[in-house]
Amino acid sequence: MANFAQAYSWLNIRFLLEGLWVTVEISVVAIILSFIIGGLLGLLRYIKIKYLSAIVGFVIDIIRNLPLLLILFFTFFGLPNIGIRPDVILAAILAMTVFESAMVAEIIRSGIQAVDPGQMEAARSNGMTYWQAMQHVVLPQAIKKMIPPLVSQFVSLIKDTSLATIIMLPELMYHAQIIYGQNTNYVLPMFLALAVLYFIVCYTLSWLSRLLDRRLGA
Amino acid sequence: MFSILANHWPAFWSGFLFTLASSLIALAGSLIIGVVFALLEISEHKGWRIVGRIYVEIFRNIPLLVITMFFYIVIPMFFSKVSGFTAGTIGLTIYTSAFIAETVRAGIEAVDLGQMEAARSNGLTYTQAMVHIVFPQAIKMTIPPLGNQFINLVKNSSVLAFVAGFDLMYQGNVIASTTFDTSNTYLAVGLLYLILTLPLSYFMRYLEKKWA
Repeated sequence: MANFAQAYSWLNIRFLLEGLWVTVEISVVAIILSFIIGGLLGLLRYIKIKYLSAIVGFVIDIIRNLPLLLILFFTFFGLPNIGIRPDVILAAILAMTVFESAMVAEIIRSGIQAVDPGQMEAARSNGMTYWQAMQHVVLPQAIKKMIPPLVSQFVSLIKDTSLATIIMLPELMYHAQIIYGQNTNYVLPMFLALAVLYFIVCYTLSWLSRLLDRRLGA
Repeated sequence: MFSILANHWPAFWSGFLFTLASSLIALAGSLIIGVVFALLEISEHKGWRIVGRIYVEIFRNIPLLVITMFFYIVIPMFFSKVSGFTAGTIGLTIYTSAFIAETVRAGIEAVDLGQMEAARSNGLTYTQAMVHIVFPQAIKMTIPPLGNQFINLVKNSSVLAFVAGFDLMYQGNVIASTTFDTSNTYLAVGLLYLILTLPLSYFMRYLEKKWA
């Protein structure tokens, strides 16, 4: 029923690793973009500019509460309907970035909010401006609180890139499906390989975050 | 968007019900499994702690899609055929249970250790102390994050679309591919997901604020 030696031929392993590389590339791009965009949106929501912050907050809540898979379908199959045709890679990055930015924004906002308001007041009454207090007093404390949820969000993002297999993004899951599609004896070995490869990447990231967490003494 | 919703309402509604059913079944299942593994993780015996830890780490670090496809494709090769809905719901249950185990464990550990010690030194057994002293305090801390896990669960149930699980996402794809009005169909699907997730999300934020 399962032929491990043949399934793990060098050709297949290399094909899987090529897929893994795309998974990592797409994840890294989406992580960087969503960290920047999500950070700005989270801050914007926190500082409460009249109307703007409320609108941003509402849009963030809408996106956060939709399945990523739906957003992915929308960017790849929905957008062409209204005249925008992103290719597979762009559609995947766009969907991941939109979704993750909203998730990151919420983590950033609740991280800042979790810092005792007394910290801001104390900094302000010691003569700092709002932005000085934010930069030197509030944010350093907030960042410590944000690191664990941010990392688990990024682990989710890496796992979620597997969904892009449905728009034929040549990532790990897609490549595994191509291999086991050729021969049913490869199905079990491929699933084992998928589990191991995803686990290694995701677990390493969580492990690094715990290390960082201890360094910061949070 | 609304015309497509009206024209294909039976399909949308059936998908909505399948999504709801799958989410509720998976919620019940993952709560039970999650609590069991949370208890293993905080057990006094090292062996059980390791078992709990391994389960949680494995299923938190593998994509839901891989777990679901495993049940849909691999299991039928060795045992009997599994329907898409069943495979999807089992996948969801296992995946979510790892997160719930973490949430529950964190909630229990957040209860002051002295509570357990005080209860034990007053003559309660470990189980009695857990049930009467630690759990009631842990539940309050666990409910908002558990609510968020349930929202994730509803969103993640869209993975059923991969295995023909007749859920909302699946029906949306069918409608999109027959009407070719993809953008409006997916907007309609989004609206239906939001009906499930958005109110719950706001309610959890309210609870978090109230109990903070």
